[in-house]
Amino acid sequence: MDKIYLSADSLNVGYSNKTLIKDINFHVKKGEILSLIGPNGSGKSTILKSITKQLETIAGTVYIEGKEFSKISNKNLAKKMAVVLTDKITPEIMTCREVVSIGRYPYTGYFGKLSEKDSIIVDEAIKMVNADEIADKDFNNTSDGQKQRIMLARAICQQPEIIILDEPTSYLDIKFKIELLEILKKMSREKNITIIMSLHEVDLASKISDKIMFVKGDVISKFGSPEDICTTTNINNLYNLNNGTFNINFGSVELSGVKENPKVFILSGNGKGIPIFRYLQKQGIAFYTGLLYENDVDYQLASDLSSEVFSIPAFEDVSTDKLIACKNAILKCDKLINPSIEIKKHNTFQKELIDFAVQNNIIIENWS
Amino acid sequence: MKNENYKQIMRFSFVMIILIILFLALCVMNINTGSVHISTKEILKILFAGPNNTEVDLGNIKIYYNIIWKIRLPRLLGAALLGGALSVSGLLLQTFFRNPIAGPFVLGISSGAKMIVGFVMLILFQYMKSISSLTLVTASFVGSLISMGLVLIFAKKVKNMSVLLIVGIMIGYICSAITNFCITFADELDIANLTNWSLGSFSGMSWSNLKIAAVIIIISFIGSMLISKPISAYQLNEEYARSMGINIKLLRCLLILISSILSATVTAFAGPISFVGIAVPHISKLIVNSSKPIITIPTTFLSGMVFCLLCDLIARTVFAPVELSLSTVTAIFGAPIVISLLVKKQRKI
Repeated sequence: MDKIYLSADSLNVGYSNKTLIKDINFHVKKGEILSLIGPNGSGKSTILKSITKQLETIAGTVYIEGKEFSKISNKNLAKKMAVVLTDKITPEIMTCREVVSIGRYPYTGYFGKLSEKDSIIVDEAIKMVNADEIADKDFNNTSDGQKQRIMLARAICQQPEIIILDEPTSYLDIKFKIELLEILKKMSREKNITIIMSLHEVDLASKISDKIMFVKGDVISKFGSPEDICTTTNINNLYNLNNGTFNINFGSVELSGVKENPKVFILSGNGKGIPIFRYLQKQGIAFYTGLLYENDVDYQLASDLSSEVFSIPAFEDVSTDKLIACKNAILKCDKLINPSIEIKKHNTFQKELIDFAVQNNIIIENWS
Repeated sequence: MKNENYKQIMRFSFVMIILIILFLALCVMNINTGSVHISTKEILKILFAGPNNTEVDLGNIKIYYNIIWKIRLPRLLGAALLGGALSVSGLLLQTFFRNPIAGPFVLGISSGAKMIVGFVMLILFQYMKSISSLTLVTASFVGSLISMGLVLIFAKKVKNMSVLLIVGIMIGYICSAITNFCITFADELDIANLTNWSLGSFSGMSWSNLKIAAVIIIISFIGSMLISKPISAYQLNEEYARSMGINIKLLRCLLILISSILSATVTAFAGPISFVGIAVPHISKLIVNSSKPIITIPTTFLSGMVFCLLCDLIARTVFAPVELSLSTVTAIFGAPIVISLLVKKQRKI
């Protein structure tokens, strides 16, 4: 189980002897999922084409189960490796089942006749991608999501040990995206199939993958487990995000907020702050927020969008310093927004802040 | 799956039977219509007598014997064989370019063949009385490959198929212009031969031509059947085909080679014939409702035979005794189909 299945050893890839990406080193074990992420045009597809023999590698070697790539015949490789490409295909008069059954190509006889066993495998592949209903439809009359599932079924029925997918989620809506990734996960866990793919969705990539590779420009900037390398800073660097940020904990992208000269203080906590943060950010209004525990849901977004968050480390008591800092901020503001926070035993400090604002003639706006 | 497969095989068999019946009916009609009418009973008697028969007493149908065995039979067999070849050639080109409108005539391949054959005819007729059919086929094949090479060079540069088609048509015009230029400066006797041939006609078929054509076409047909499996994978696209272990370069070469040989053979014996290469494969795929090469290649061949027999019959008989050129008839049937395909394709984009 722990043996390395596919590895690249100082691989150089590119087109017609012009190197695009140098010194690529990575390895995946059997049944692992490796995702390539990076900006558009960074060379994800080039790498994938090079490890599927669609493109000649310029230098370095790819190994499959320790065997040199170039020493595996195309025919044998077809039984080990299947691909799902981004290019749309438009075959004439072919049902989805016929498209899927092309995947049996390496196993059928001289005239490509399907045996009983082949037919069963084709049916299983169709079932695996939940495409029973469209199996007998004309391929060209199906939606993009259905087409992508059919192409995946075609790859599955090639009975490979590894499937390589180039941006399998583009053109798909969120439902199909999740469905497709679930299928891939199932295959890697249940059938021990290794999966390498390029993805645009950083959040999904970090959730599904065992390994992640950052492809940026002419080098692989990072390779490792998503827990280690998918930090907000790394991802902001990878995509050069200056405006807006990527929040890895939420797996969401936030547009940049206005941060200069805040005139509003938002009392937040218990998730009540989030809609107000978003609203003010859209209006282009800068704000302070607090006083929050750092394990509060509001905290993540607050730190991305607000000018300053006043926070208390989780499970600790409020310090007087923090309370004073908060009060000073409130004094700089014209109004305080209270999103109807309920005052309970552990947030009496919120009550204290409201009272402070009232005493200093700051307008209190109650939101509900 | 089984059910689906079964349905497909049934449909295929049904279509084949209908086509064979049509073929036989058209054979009889082709033999008995013309300036001399021969009854079906007499035809059968003559046919069963066999070629070069002197023993059986044929009595008053002796003249018919010559008409059938020397003129009508080689012509109809030629029409059938060459029609089938041209259609399969079209089918292979459409597979190669992954476009239903590709064909030997529209891509200028037939015209290229015509040009070289024209050259060879004009030059050789000055030194000898007749030219062997093998020489003609070779010249035609060289011409086909020249045009094909040009089309391929352009195909690398333009990705848009409609543009490529226009390029092909232009290549065709250039070749025709060169051919016409040569005709202008040729002897009058040569012109008669050349003009007749260059319009497209099955009238020049003789038994010796037929034998050579049959050998080439049958071998090429078998060749195309042998690559039907890789073709089926190639239909998705090149990358997928490669990922399934297919040697793409070899397959592409074979497709070009076989389709060129087939269309060259046709052009050598019957001149350039328009639209058969597009119309017949298209109709064939529709009637068998499949694009599996193992089914479409034989269907296309048989439909091509039937189609050309019908067209030749029309060309010979509608305005008898004047004979229409074959392309006149095939264009009337074929061009509308091409237009409808173009419109359909445009709508999709």
